Amino acid sequence: MSRILITGGRLLDPASGLDETGDVAIADGRIVALGGAIADFTPEQTIDASDQWVMPGLIDLAARLREPGATRKADIASEARAAAAAGITTLVMPPDTDPVMDTPSVVDLVNHRAHQAGAARVVPLGALTRGLAGEQLPGMAALAAAGCPAVSDAGRPLRDGLVLRRALEYASTFSLPAILTPVDPDLGQGCVHEGPTATRLGLPGIPVAAETAGLGRQIAIASATRARVHFSRLSSAAGARLFAAARREQREISADVAIHQLFLTDQDLMGYDPRFHVDPPLRDIVDREALRQAVADGVIDIICSDHQPHDRDAKDGPFASTAPGAAGIDTLLPLVLRLVREGVLPLQRALAAVTVTPARLLGLEAGRLETGAVADITVVAQNNPWFCTPETLRSRGHNSPFLGWEFDTRVTHTLVDGHRIHDASAAD
Amino acid sequence: MSVQIDHDGRLRHFLTTEGLDPALLERILDTAESFSGVIGKSVKKVPLLRGRTVINLFFESSTRTRTTFELAAKRLSADVLNVSADTTATKGESLLDMLRNLQAMQADMFVIRHAESGAAEYFARHVDPGVAVLNAGDGWHAHPTQAMLDAFTIRRHKGHFEPLRIAIVGDIRHSRVARSQIHALNGLGAGEIRVIAPNTLLPADIDSLGVQVYTDLSAGLRDVDVVIALRLQRERMQGALLPGEAEYFRHYGLTEARLGPAHPEAIVMHPGPINRGVEIDSALADGPRSVILDQVTNGIAVRMAVMTMVLGVAPDSAREEA
Repeated sequence: MSRILITGGRLLDPASGLDETGDVAIADGRIVALGGAIADFTPEQTIDASDQWVMPGLIDLAARLREPGATRKADIASEARAAAAAGITTLVMPPDTDPVMDTPSVVDLVNHRAHQAGAARVVPLGALTRGLAGEQLPGMAALAAAGCPAVSDAGRPLRDGLVLRRALEYASTFSLPAILTPVDPDLGQGCVHEGPTATRLGLPGIPVAAETAGLGRQIAIASATRARVHFSRLSSAAGARLFAAARREQREISADVAIHQLFLTDQDLMGYDPRFHVDPPLRDIVDREALRQAVADGVIDIICSDHQPHDRDAKDGPFASTAPGAAGIDTLLPLVLRLVREGVLPLQRALAAVTVTPARLLGLEAGRLETGAVADITVVAQNNPWFCTPETLRSRGHNSPFLGWEFDTRVTHTLVDGHRIHDASAAD
Repeated sequence: MSVQIDHDGRLRHFLTTEGLDPALLERILDTAESFSGVIGKSVKKVPLLRGRTVINLFFESSTRTRTTFELAAKRLSADVLNVSADTTATKGESLLDMLRNLQAMQADMFVIRHAESGAAEYFARHVDPGVAVLNAGDGWHAHPTQAMLDAFTIRRHKGHFEPLRIAIVGDIRHSRVARSQIHALNGLGAGEIRVIAPNTLLPADIDSLGVQVYTDLSAGLRDVDVVIALRLQRERMQGALLPGEAEYFRHYGLTEARLGPAHPEAIVMHPGPINRGVEIDSALADGPRSVILDQVTNGIAVRMAVMTMVLGVAPDSAREEA
């Protein structure tokens, strides 16, 4: 295994707060030395990172890769390579594949494909219920043994409170965290945020109460179990408030937000542009500011791309008939760094939300830049502008709501397990 | 939203009454006025659209709207093709493919009705340059020619819009007609627009469209000059929006007696088709206050006006250019 020396970069480790200029020595897939000028190390390859940032590779807590089942939209290899080019070294994949990831055989298939791709790591989540149908339990012990670090409802919240309680209790038996979608499925019918924009456009609205009713019920049920519960994709000010209050009582809960919720609002869909059709819906400016504040306060401590690549047909047509979801892996890191530049949150906290915090939730080794850590590393050049266009997106999904935006950070190198899986100078 | 206006501020498509320049709304009414003379004549045709092809593309059933669009096009001497979408939609053809195929038949204008909000705008964004799209109703979003024919009818009976109090009664939530009426009448300077409905039939934040909201019919009808009843679709009785037709009629159904608080000369309108005994009783619908059949007649002139305007051959604009 090769020995790599990354020299002269700004080393950033949100777990320890490290922020200094220095070298990183990598051997046998691990960081063997870190900081200052490393002299007593004989590298086979050297990466000059002067004037660049060296950080743990990103861990994206929610990325649909569309394989198995929908490879017309994307596949594991395409998205794992796109992730590598975007500085993401771990893609966490919800279980709503076809077939659903509720048996080890599907998990094995995903792991095999990810291994073949040789790009970003792929971490499959197990289904919270069999077939995600909300009725019976899957073999969670077998899923854990196959490599699933958590179970998830994958955006299909359970209607039956008793089944939810039992699924959480059973998951906790095997120390599997449960990732829940905080939505009341009946109130959640619609395709845009309920409010003036929905009324103007004549589209069925999803009230904020769909989130608070779902979240409140799930918090109550979770408190009756020993499960470690994580709430995915909060979208509203009221939801963030409710979650914050619950977290003061129950420390063992956490929540995330999709990065597009921190930049966009329902105003963006006045032209019925299906790229802004996402679930949960883009809400109003008050909600967006409250979500930013919740991230700044550390109440919401994970940010994900909620990557949902679609083919052209799925996003073509009148708004309500198009498929919800936005492609997001290409823009996750640039948008997180933009939050820092806009003064929403300090750099280390922003990086923690996409590295060490999701790693801790799932018990992953990655997400740290320290001696002995696994060498999943991203090197980022500053002041390197590019436009987000269908041509610059690496994901097969071109349904990005950020087309036309300009970003000024670019990933130059990505390493997974000490292997160089992306090298901008070679790719361009 | 400006896809319907070209660089010179001219109407290119007619998709919504929202955000239209008041002068343009007035011009639609004035042009319609000039055509209403044609309708009265024994020879009812003018040659403004001779040689042009208009395709009525209806993905939802309609009698009144489709026929008046067809009559309008024929009185302008256009060739008209009616396509009922049931025949094609079931074959799995995408909307875009269907549009391209019809466009290949050298159509100049599409009149489109579709169950999805935003469908007309979707078509307008995808047609070739020079082809016009008229929205004949998209989902809950807009039905702009209906709103303009209502405004036309109101102007004919009441003159200026400024002093008028206008009440829209019924299923506001699911009504593209109500939304387009609100935008058109606000644009034309109506004094006050009210919506009257039970809370289950009011969409969120409807007041943001510039209306006064009432849930009590008597209070909402006080001193109004115009009452517009909306059609209540029978399927709304399912799904916990309303308990039943009888209770709805008792509280929101329009009768001569319930119009007591309104202005003595208030007129009553309805976009049709009427559910007699649900949103309005027969005595009122057929009585002296009712202008419901005027609305239908006026629909032809208004649609003629819009058809000539989007193709740049309206009598007024022709004179301006000359």
